[in-house]
Amino acid sequence: MSTVPKLAWKGVHKRFEGAPVLDGLDLAVEAGRSLVIIGGSGQGKSVTLKVALGLMAPDAGEIALDGQDLVGLRGAARSKLFSRFGMLFQGAALFDSLSVWENVAFRLINADGVKRPAARQRAIEALERVRLGGEVADLYPGELSGGMQKRVGLARAVVATPEIIFFDEPTTGLDPITAAAINDLIVEQVRRLGCTAVSITHDLASARTIGDEIAMLNKGRIIWRGTPAELDRTDDPRVRQFVDGRPDGPLTDRR
Amino acid sequence: MSETTLASPAVLAPLRLLGRSTLSALRRVGSVAHFAARGVAAAATPPWFAGQLRRQLAAVGYFSLPVVGLTAVFTGAALALNIYTGGGRFNAEQVMPQIVALGITRELAPVLAALMLAGRVSAAIAAELGAMRATEQIDAMQTLSTDPFRYLVAPRLVAGVVMLPLLTVVADLIGVAGGWLVATRVLHFNPTVYIRNTMSFLQGWDVGSGLVKAAVFGFIVTLMGCFHGYNAKGGARGVGQATTHAVVSASVLVFAADYLLTSFFAHT
Repeated sequence: MSTVPKLAWKGVHKRFEGAPVLDGLDLAVEAGRSLVIIGGSGQGKSVTLKVALGLMAPDAGEIALDGQDLVGLRGAARSKLFSRFGMLFQGAALFDSLSVWENVAFRLINADGVKRPAARQRAIEALERVRLGGEVADLYPGELSGGMQKRVGLARAVVATPEIIFFDEPTTGLDPITAAAINDLIVEQVRRLGCTAVSITHDLASARTIGDEIAMLNKGRIIWRGTPAELDRTDDPRVRQFVDGRPDGPLTDRR
Repeated sequence: MSETTLASPAVLAPLRLLGRSTLSALRRVGSVAHFAARGVAAAATPPWFAGQLRRQLAAVGYFSLPVVGLTAVFTGAALALNIYTGGGRFNAEQVMPQIVALGITRELAPVLAALMLAGRVSAAIAAELGAMRATEQIDAMQTLSTDPFRYLVAPRLVAGVVMLPLLTVVADLIGVAGGWLVATRVLHFNPTVYIRNTMSFLQGWDVGSGLVKAAVFGFIVTLMGCFHGYNAKGGARGVGQATTHAVVSASVLVFAADYLLTSFFAHT
C-alpha cells in the first residue's frame, strides 16, 4: 500500500504484571474506513483502544496517526491530539454530576472555550442527530435508559467532528432492537463525518453492520483480517470457532 | 525460581518480605509525590476551571462549618475544665484562659479541623473520584481534551489549602468561646477578665502558626482523597478501599506533619 494509514499500531507490546496482553500487535486502518476488532474477552481488545487513545502507554512499539508516532506525547500536545479523536465508552461513561447537554458540550465548554449558550445549541443539534429530542437536554444521565445513555455518549463523541472515532463494545448490554438502532446510528454518523472508525466488539451482528473490515484479535495479535463477507466464508479454524460459538476448538485449546 | 536454590526459602522468607514491603512503601511514596507535583503544577498554571473551584470551596469549606464548629466548642469547653483541674494542683488555675487559648490556636483547632475534614472531605473525594475511575469517566474526560488534574484534582487541592485555614480561624474563635462558656458559667471566672487575659496573652504567631499548619493539613487531606480516588482499582470494592485508605492515610499524615511543623515552629 502506498498511502499512509490513518492510524497504525506497529509492534505494540503491553504487559500487565508480567503477563503479555498485547504481543507485537500490528494493525492499520485507512482513512475513511471502519475497522472492527473482534475477539474473546481478555484478548487485549480494550487495551488496543486504550493505547491508541493514549490512556495507556505501550511498553514497546509505535502508535502512528497519519504516520506520526504518538507514544510519549504529553501535556498540551496530548490534549490537542484528543481533539481529533472521539470515543464512545462501553458504559457510555457520562459525567453523572452534569446534565445531558453539559455532557455533550463538555469538550466545547472546557477545552474549546465555546460560550455556554452556543455550546448548548450545538449539543442539542448533536442530540437530534442521534434521535434524542431537546427534552432530554436538561435531564441527568441517571434518569436515562442504557440505550439513551449510549446515544448521548455517541452525541458527545461526534459533537466536535473528530477524524477518528473509537467504539468500545457499542452494543453490549442492550436489547437486540436497541443494539440495531445504535449500530445504524454509528454507521450514519461515521458516513456523515467521513471519519475513520475503530470499534471493538464480540457482537458479530454489530461487527457485520458497522465494519468495512473485520480483524480478529487473539492473545494480543491479529490472527485474521477480512471483509464481513469473507468472515462467513473463511475456513480459518480459529475464526470459525469464534463465529460459530463453539466451546471447543483451537482458541480454547490450552496447550 | 533461582533464588530458592541459594538458601532454604524458610530462612529467607522474612528478609524477602522486608525487602518487598520496603520497596512497595518507597514506590508508594514516589507515586504520591509525583501525583502531588502534577496536582500543584495543574493548580499553578492555566487553564483554571473557576466553576469547579467554586463548587469545591463550598464543599470543603462552607459545608464543613457545622462539624468543625461543634468539635471546637466541645473541645474548648473540655480543655478549660481539664486545665482548671490540673492547674489547681499548682495553684495555677487562674492562667487557664491563656493556656486554653494557646492550646486551641497552636494545636487543637488546626488538628481537629483537619481530622474532621479527613473524615468528611477526604472520604467524599476518594469515593467520588473512585466511582468516576470505575465508570471510565476519568478516561472519558481525557478523551474530551480536558486534563483531569486540572478539572478534578487542582480545584480540590486549592480548596483544601484555602479553606482549612479559614475553618481554623472559626475553630479558634469557637474553641476559645467554648472555654469562656465553661469558665464563666461553671467555674465563675469574670467574663471580661477572661477575654482580656486571653487577648493580651495571645501573640500573632500563636494564631499564625496554627494557620500555616492548617494550610499544610488542608493540602494533605485533599491530596489523599484525590490520590486514592484517582488510582482506585476495580468496582465497588475498589472504591470502598480507596475511601478507607484516604481517611486513614490523611489522618496519620496530619499527625505526623503536625509533629514536624510543631518542632519546627518551637524555635520561632
